[in-house]
Amino acid sequence: MIPAAFDYVRPSSVDEAVQALGGGGDIKLLAGGQSFIPVMRLRLAAPDTVVDLGRVDELRGIREDGDAIVIGAMTTHADVLKNALVREHAELITKATETIADRQVRHRGTFGGALAHADPAGDLPAVALALDAEMVIAGSGGRRTVPAAEFFLDYLTTAVGEDEVLVEVRVPKLGAGWGSHYEKFNRVAQAWSIVGVAAAVQLDGDTIAQARVALTNMSSVPVRASAVEQALTGGPASAEAVEAAAAHANEGTNPTSDLNAKADYRGHLAQVLTKRAVLAAAGRN
Amino acid sequence: MTVTEERPTGEVGRARLRKEDARLITGQTNWTDNISVPGLLHLALLRSPSAHAKITSIDVEAAKARPGVIAVFTGKDFAEEQGSIPCAWTVTPDMVNPGHPSLAVDEVKHAGEAVAVVVARDKSAAQDALEHIDVDYDTLPVVLDMEAAVADGADKVHANTEGNRSYSFVFESGAAGTGGSTDEAFNDAEVVVSRRFIQQRLIPAFMEPRSTVVQPVGEGFTMWTATQIPHILRVMLSLTLGIPEHKMRVIAPDVGGGFGGKLQVTPEEFICALVSRRLGKPVKYTESRSESLMTAHHGRDQIQYIDIAAKRDGTVTGLKVRLLADMGAYLRLLTPVVPVIGAFVFPAIYKFPAYRFQCDGVFTNKAPTDAYRGAGRPEATFGIERIMDELAAELDMDPMELRRKNWITHEEFPFTTVVGMVYDSGNYEAATDKALQMMGWDALRAEQKQRRQSNDPVQLGLGISTFTEMCGLAPSRVVGSLGAAAGGWEQASVRMLPTGMVEVVTGASPHGQGHVTSFSQIVADQLGVPFEHVGVVHGDTSSSHKGLDTYGSRSLVVGGIALVKAAEKVVEKAKRVAAHLLEASEDDLDFKDGSFSVRGTPDSKLSIQEIAFATFSGHNLPDGMEPSLDSDATFDPENFSFPHGTHLCATEVDTETGSVRIRKYVCVDDIGEVINPMIVEGQVHGGLAQGIAQALYEEAVYDEDGNLTTGSFVDYLVPSALDLPYFDTDRTTTAATSNPLGVKGVGEAGTIASTPAVVNAVLDAVRHKGVTDILMPMTPERVWRAIHESSDGGERAAEGSIAYSATSDAEESAL
Amino acid sequence: MTRIEMTVDGVSYDDDVEPRLLLVHYLRERLGKVGTVVGCDTSNCGACTVLVDGKSAKSCTVLAVQADGSEVTTIEGLSTGGALHPVQQAFHENHALQCGFCTPGMIMAVVDLLAENSSPSVEEIKHGIEGNLCRCTGYQNIIKAVQAAASGQAASVGGAQ
Repeated sequence: MIPAAFDYVRPSSVDEAVQALGGGGDIKLLAGGQSFIPVMRLRLAAPDTVVDLGRVDELRGIREDGDAIVIGAMTTHADVLKNALVREHAELITKATETIADRQVRHRGTFGGALAHADPAGDLPAVALALDAEMVIAGSGGRRTVPAAEFFLDYLTTAVGEDEVLVEVRVPKLGAGWGSHYEKFNRVAQAWSIVGVAAAVQLDGDTIAQARVALTNMSSVPVRASAVEQALTGGPASAEAVEAAAAHANEGTNPTSDLNAKADYRGHLAQVLTKRAVLAAAGRN
Repeated sequence: MTVTEERPTGEVGRARLRKEDARLITGQTNWTDNISVPGLLHLALLRSPSAHAKITSIDVEAAKARPGVIAVFTGKDFAEEQGSIPCAWTVTPDMVNPGHPSLAVDEVKHAGEAVAVVVARDKSAAQDALEHIDVDYDTLPVVLDMEAAVADGADKVHANTEGNRSYSFVFESGAAGTGGSTDEAFNDAEVVVSRRFIQQRLIPAFMEPRSTVVQPVGEGFTMWTATQIPHILRVMLSLTLGIPEHKMRVIAPDVGGGFGGKLQVTPEEFICALVSRRLGKPVKYTESRSESLMTAHHGRDQIQYIDIAAKRDGTVTGLKVRLLADMGAYLRLLTPVVPVIGAFVFPAIYKFPAYRFQCDGVFTNKAPTDAYRGAGRPEATFGIERIMDELAAELDMDPMELRRKNWITHEEFPFTTVVGMVYDSGNYEAATDKALQMMGWDALRAEQKQRRQSNDPVQLGLGISTFTEMCGLAPSRVVGSLGAAAGGWEQASVRMLPTGMVEVVTGASPHGQGHVTSFSQIVADQLGVPFEHVGVVHGDTSSSHKGLDTYGSRSLVVGGIALVKAAEKVVEKAKRVAAHLLEASEDDLDFKDGSFSVRGTPDSKLSIQEIAFATFSGHNLPDGMEPSLDSDATFDPENFSFPHGTHLCATEVDTETGSVRIRKYVCVDDIGEVINPMIVEGQVHGGLAQGIAQALYEEAVYDEDGNLTTGSFVDYLVPSALDLPYFDTDRTTTAATSNPLGVKGVGEAGTIASTPAVVNAVLDAVRHKGVTDILMPMTPERVWRAIHESSDGGERAAEGSIAYSATSDAEESAL
Repeated sequence: MTRIEMTVDGVSYDDDVEPRLLLVHYLRERLGKVGTVVGCDTSNCGACTVLVDGKSAKSCTVLAVQADGSEVTTIEGLSTGGALHPVQQAFHENHALQCGFCTPGMIMAVVDLLAENSSPSVEEIKHGIEGNLCRCTGYQNIIKAVQAAASGQAASVGGAQ
């Protein structure tokens, strides 16, 4: 199938991109297009104008900035995977990125694109939430920073305004003693997550000093499993204690029912996968 | 495959690398969608969003005014000439066939049915114009559930039929005289086990989307199309559209898989022919994957009510099968007969003294069903292999012991089954013993016991499928007696070219099977010429003028034998020339390794190539002999062939999530003699993948409105490399006695056998938790529910996943 | 219309294209590179896989305008000087194809995989081709072919990039 016709703009800077977004009509940003081009091919979207961020070099790359690493929105998944800074300071991102789609898609799909697309079944939103990432967004009035907890507003909807561009994502480094794991559950390899769990825990001996847990596809937006985190914190990193804490994973979620899972089964999966993710993050699997 | 036979001396039996590969691995392939001719116009089809509705109006004026648009047609424009998509099998004399328009005229009966066609100068213009056609639909009640559809007072799919039943086919061994009375058998039974199984609806999902190009040529037409059946298609186009057969040329160029899915005469092919004829222009239509999944015919889709009667010692005494088979909205080429084939397969390898089979074909507002790899045999094999396990569980008997007790032993061949089929050969014991050994069965049983005792969250299960099937479709007299419009013979020609090369023409029409290679091997041996010197022509009705095409594991068993017969005729003719040139009597000639020699005078010899040239020159031939060695043969088998095998599966079931992992899969197939073991192994692998996919992954799901939810590969889950196990395959060989090559056919065996092996394995892993059935596909959710709710897993939610679903408001998407 | 320049299988092209034109359609319909095929609408099947600047991409999910200025290698540009690429040869020798429709994309995906990992494990191979669906082979012989290509001639694999 062939997308409906559109005008094409290819800015070379963020400023030009922001300017292009003020052009009027239905304008969509193209950030790799691995989700959006199929949507256009199926004519579920037919924008008047597509603004392709593919040549905005300043949106690409990963750097260290004090206690954070900064990932440019147009950095491809493949580049994220290969990056030593990410692996060292935010391995959860590496582990989740490995599970995204397939090699071809990871070559062209982008870190920022996946976040701004905000598909509830996408893996990176929950990871960003678990890591307390901050999104830097540029608009005509300058730049602003939005914490992940306030970034994902609804199904396929984020805090990025119609005339704004997600520029980069600041991910606080995890310090010593942290381990992480992304537990993805799907029916065939390249499928989207039925449920996913992003977990990072900091151990102090056999005790869990801090825990971060976020869930993929358990609501229209990624969900922070706060009750699980509270139950884990200060407790032993034992199978029994983690399982008891993981029983809270379903709290505050609102999963959908679809072909792959009805809501109650998703709730059950969230608990099992949370247990597995936390134990793996703690090196106890 | 670890084949332990001796290296063959001839070509037959050698793992020859394929001749077909050279163009396929370099991109020099000729798919239908690659074909372009001058002035080619492109079609796009507007498809119904409604599963059942009256079309109250269609306004195409805006679409016609679009740039690049040449014409727009609706069903009314072709109502007088489009006729009906033909159904070639009348399974009962009173079978109801409501007719199947290619382009809907007044009503639509399933979502995706074509209601208008745009003709434009390029594909984008055609697709763009679809959005400018305005159709008003008056929706009608939707019939989706077969059990509801056959109940009194049910809403009807077709207003002009009495109900939703197309036919009711019945076989009763007592009445047929092939066995005892089923009622008596069940009255006298010590044990009866009854189950209701579901064969879910599948989609063949060949990788190459269907495509058709039609070009007017003089007074006739040439059609290139992605089909398994160019010959049958030509006949049907001629009969239906009134194009004289000799003016209709059909070409199947490279065809990217079929699996039964391209064994069809499609609405899209008819629409292309109709539009091309109306405009006098060449046209092309290539479907999208979504269109393919929605409207190319589906497969399976049965409700099976099965009762088995037995003695307490496990001896089976009777089998009753009642099927509701979903026809979908219309009858296509073989729609009604596919489930009826099951009548001959359900008794399988077991010695049932009494048997009753009933199949009701039911109309619903879904895409029509038709052949999908195995076509009737996987469904029946699933039913019988599942009920045997259920009987074993009821009797607390080892499922393999139950099978051994009841199967036909190798001394008992030929064996006439309770349905009157004559199995010529087989050795179920040998295949089973080999499979059990390869599997390490006893060690796995021990591990299973240990996991149960320790209440391991991951439980192990072992599943069996000891199957047989019928291949080589088909003896013409048999299929004729069952209501087929055509026969089941196959045609071959062998031409000796002046330079000594051999050109073989076959009526079989390959789409991935490797016919060119294996047929070259057969002919090389028959004529004693090098493998490389044999070429195979196929798939074009102008060069391969006669044939019945490729399906039902028939190409080798029927087409290959035709080839042998034709080659034998060539040798006979050549012998006459050889005798003449060698000044010897034909009776004194030996033909070996491609040469005729005079017995006792070994130096006096002529090669078949020399004879070919001598015949070409025609200078010195026997009196009255035509200057040609070329020969045709048409072979009509007298019986089917009956491949069999034992498939064993070990699955790990994660009881916390319901995930199933195939730990080990072993199969030993007996397909008779083998032409090319490499190709055979490939066929088995691919068949296994599809059978396993039915057990675990695939299902065509409709929502309550009759929309196909699994309308893309996002939701219709074709497994990837990561989702399939290693296949440990081997063979035993019991030659077929019904043909000179001793071959049985292999195209469908893996698919037919594997599904119940996987399902039986999963159930074996969780039966101790009170589970007796899990619906297919055995999704993690269903397995988990079965364990924790003591159910069969229940119906899945019908909503598609979020990605790319039509219900998603992608307009909100930012990137 | 947007002007694009592209080098495809070693030949430079420049063309005016509609922005909506997919790379695969540009290759097939404008350049006649029909060796690369379309198998689905949703980026699942991978039949359309080519190399864009040396990295595998699904050409049905790339706009031709996105590939402006790129070097594209298709299945038709893989063999050099009449000799098959080792991956092509391995597919032939290991019966890693039947109908052959997925084969061009599968081969290109494998070329990309081996360029990054010259001796992948079976598990790594499976991950490497998870974006390519094959309906005929059950993948077993494809995996065997990848192993053969890697062990036998790993040095020359990826040379076409």
